[in-house]
Amino acid sequence: MNEITPTVKTEAAASPACARAPVGLLAELTHRCPLQCPYCSNPLDLERSNVELSTADWQKVMREAAALGILQIHLSGGEPTARKDLDDIVQTAAEVGLYTNLITAGVLLTKERLARLAELGLDHVQLSIQDVDPDNADRIAAYKGGAAKKREVARWVKELGLPLTVNAPIHRQNIKSMSKIIDYAVEVGAGRLEVAHIQYYAWALKNRAALMPTREDFMKTAEIVEAAKERLKGILVIDFVVPDYYAKYPKPCMGGWGRGIINVTPSGRVLPCHAAESLPGLTFDNVRDRALGDIWLNGDAFQKYRGTDWMKEPCRSCSRKEIDFGGCRCQAFALTGDATNTDPACSLSPLHEEWAKVAEVESHREPPEFIYRRVGKSGAQGGHSDGGQQENV
Amino acid sequence: MAESPASGATPGATPTPTRLIVAEATVVVMPRHIKLRHDAGRGVWLILAPERVFSPDPIAVEVLRMLDGQINVGGIADKLAADYHAPRDQILGDVVAMLQDLADKGVVRAAAAKS
Repeated sequence: MNEITPTVKTEAAASPACARAPVGLLAELTHRCPLQCPYCSNPLDLERSNVELSTADWQKVMREAAALGILQIHLSGGEPTARKDLDDIVQTAAEVGLYTNLITAGVLLTKERLARLAELGLDHVQLSIQDVDPDNADRIAAYKGGAAKKREVARWVKELGLPLTVNAPIHRQNIKSMSKIIDYAVEVGAGRLEVAHIQYYAWALKNRAALMPTREDFMKTAEIVEAAKERLKGILVIDFVVPDYYAKYPKPCMGGWGRGIINVTPSGRVLPCHAAESLPGLTFDNVRDRALGDIWLNGDAFQKYRGTDWMKEPCRSCSRKEIDFGGCRCQAFALTGDATNTDPACSLSPLHEEWAKVAEVESHREPPEFIYRRVGKSGAQGGHSDGGQQENV
Repeated sequence: MAESPASGATPGATPTPTRLIVAEATVVVMPRHIKLRHDAGRGVWLILAPERVFSPDPIAVEVLRMLDGQINVGGIADKLAADYHAPRDQILGDVVAMLQDLADKGVVRAAAAKS
């Protein structure tokens, strides 16, 4: 039995360059979030609440997604529960037959609300944690009491009979907790644990020196995870994502550009990947103006790096070109200035060695202070945050 | 035998979950959050699972559709052996292996465990 969701683990499949429909839709319902994790995958320029799609817009997206053949909806953010109309969106998604996944930090939830979401048809909850040590977790998220609240939310999820995934992003400031994070996932009754080393784009790239683990520490986590996978077979499924600074080949980012995943931002812009707005020269369609299926099949941004025709050497003649699709366009652009270059994560990139050295150097230096994720500051230190607002939309 | 959710346990204490080992007498079911669906657009059967989509082969689809909370693994082997005029022992071995794999992926669990 094959898994068809494009993930880093997907085997090389001779699939067409453009599937008729994506498998999954990542719905970033809002960029508002009470947490300020310095590795947030949202763009540096966070969208403000006054540009967010309406309830009716999102419900339309759900209907179009189902009609197109999308199977799973990942309701994410920011913090998706910061939207009071999340319930209406979940209800519509469930009604049209989408598999609904809530990706949440948990801290804004009440048990009553979670119960209502379950009743409306929510299928799965993915709960993020920053560490198992509450003080360190709350420091990383810049949110007091967050760790304790998350434990409570995990308990509610299980009490309500919902399946639970724990998601723990790994970096040098929590990497020593790896074994305890695995124990935590078992303790709270998760069926799945995602331990993903941070990917260094956007906020994480800004904070790279504060987050990059040493190669030795990374290797240890790989050993711990391998042993735990064996020990916890049938109890906990563990997905492990390696930091590509320490990899030989790049990841097939998003399973390949425009192949399996579609992303909608809070304001309705439709992206091939959540970081795609960092690339110059791409025009993004909006769900308010154009049908989702048309955007997927014909939109400029989706066509630009779909398949392999856009590739230069060394990708063009590489036997792995339909395995990793040249890696990540955003990382290629951020670090080489040209999005059509091979991702420097690839050992065949002329920049690979120099790039990998950065990780070696930074990970051995004293880590700088975090630049916390804050709205409107693009990472500037200080300033007020409107991340915790919960105004109606 | 099955991974058991915290029911009837002392508050705060979660029973240690254990791996389900599939045998002839085991009754497995798909938990509520696992959805076996025919995708008309793609012309295939799919299993929707948390952040996963699996494409089961035709025999797996047949087995999964038999799961009614009553039939045990031996019963499934009986049916398949009759339908395909194949040796039951071999079928049983294949079904056990398949369901063990599905159990390890979280697609099926023991019927006794409440979801």
